Amino acid sequence: MYVVPLSGGEKLNPLIPHPVEIVLAVVFFGVLYFAFKKWFVPAFEEIHAERTAAIEGGLQAAATKQAEVDAKLAVLEQQLSEARHEAARIRDEAREQGDAIVAEAREQAQSEASRIVEHGKTQIEAERQQAVTSLRAEVGTLATSLAGRIVGESLDDDERSARVVDRFLADLEAHNATASGAQS
Amino acid sequence: MSGLASLIIRSETFTPPGPGDFNLPPVGGGSSWEFLGQPMFWGATKPMLLALISVVVVLVFFRAATAKRAMVPGKLQFVGETSYNFVRNTLGRDVIGSHDFMRFVPLLCTLFFFIVVNNYFGVIPMLQFPTMSRIGYPMGLAIIAWLVYNGAGIKKHGFFGYLKLQTVPSGVPSAMLVLLIPLEFLSNIIVRPVTLMLRLFANLFAGHLLLLLFALGGEFLLLHGEGLIAKPGGVVALIMFFLISGLELLVYFLQAFVFTILTALYISSAVADEH
Repeated sequence: MYVVPLSGGEKLNPLIPHPVEIVLAVVFFGVLYFAFKKWFVPAFEEIHAERTAAIEGGLQAAATKQAEVDAKLAVLEQQLSEARHEAARIRDEAREQGDAIVAEAREQAQSEASRIVEHGKTQIEAERQQAVTSLRAEVGTLATSLAGRIVGESLDDDERSARVVDRFLADLEAHNATASGAQS
Repeated sequence: MSGLASLIIRSETFTPPGPGDFNLPPVGGGSSWEFLGQPMFWGATKPMLLALISVVVVLVFFRAATAKRAMVPGKLQFVGETSYNFVRNTLGRDVIGSHDFMRFVPLLCTLFFFIVVNNYFGVIPMLQFPTMSRIGYPMGLAIIAWLVYNGAGIKKHGFFGYLKLQTVPSGVPSAMLVLLIPLEFLSNIIVRPVTLMLRLFANLFAGHLLLLLFALGGEFLLLHGEGLIAKPGGVVALIMFFLISGLELLVYFLQAFVFTILTALYISSAVADEH
């Protein structure tokens, strides 16, 4: 039976181990080691693996979705550009057609106008001719009747008077012609 | 400091703390016996109970942390995972290498958490005793570390292959080998576990002794000190006690970390390919 000092104890050597404590350390280590090897480490590794799988699965799903979206976007863009081309083509066509229509209309209008002008000219010519003829007859009649009144009934002979009138008108026309020639 | 020391010497009743403060009697009393010229107690002492409590604490904590296995961890699981990953990655994978670190992870976890919990008993009120300041515990753990790293090396390289790996440095002229082989053997096979044990033990022993000195000395100076500088000296000593406690918080973690990382390092050098 030794008396062990409760405090101080300079003679004690702290480097000498208590044998029971070595054994205890090994036993306690063994208990904890068993627990870690059997339960805790596998549990943590399992959690980690599951989480990794979940994250990777999520990333993969996201990547798939992204690819799908990209493909759809490409299709839509292509459709859009096709539609733009179509629209431009239609616009060009419409412009061409419009131009053609305008040109045609103008041509038609021109030909119509020239036709109308031609028609007018012929009508005018015909009316002038008619007027000239009727004027000639009327003027002849008037002049003859006037001359008949002046010279008397001797000049009633139609043939003669017609000759006289013709000569008179020819003179008149000649006179007119020289006058218009001098005018122009 | 010299004033403090002379005061202590002058006082007749103050007994400075020493190794006896670490040799606590068993709970409920018990007989003692002699071992290698040292008196030893029979019975369950405080450090033994603390070691047992640390085992229960670690078991309960990790049991609770791994109970749910939730994808999105709660606070407890998060703390458990973070500390596990710290040991697994920082002490295991980064040191031993990703090829064969996994089978040593339970060992490293056990070492680290067993030591760190026991260390922090040094500052927990009412417990206030770092178990590892009793050399038997670091010795037991160092023996295990020694067996494991040598065993792993022998398993990988064969007995003589492993001895050659550990004791014959490459690229050295053969004349030097006569000198180097005993030295390498000494340093790699014999000194390693001893330093592993002593480092952990001595740090905690010295730290706790320092805390005892400042606490007991400060208390004595305040209550029984005579003279002008005794009571201010006591106040200073108690302030130092708190500062050293803060330092010990760091040392406790660091020593657990160092013990574990050195074990991992020895394992890694033992299972390494030719160097």
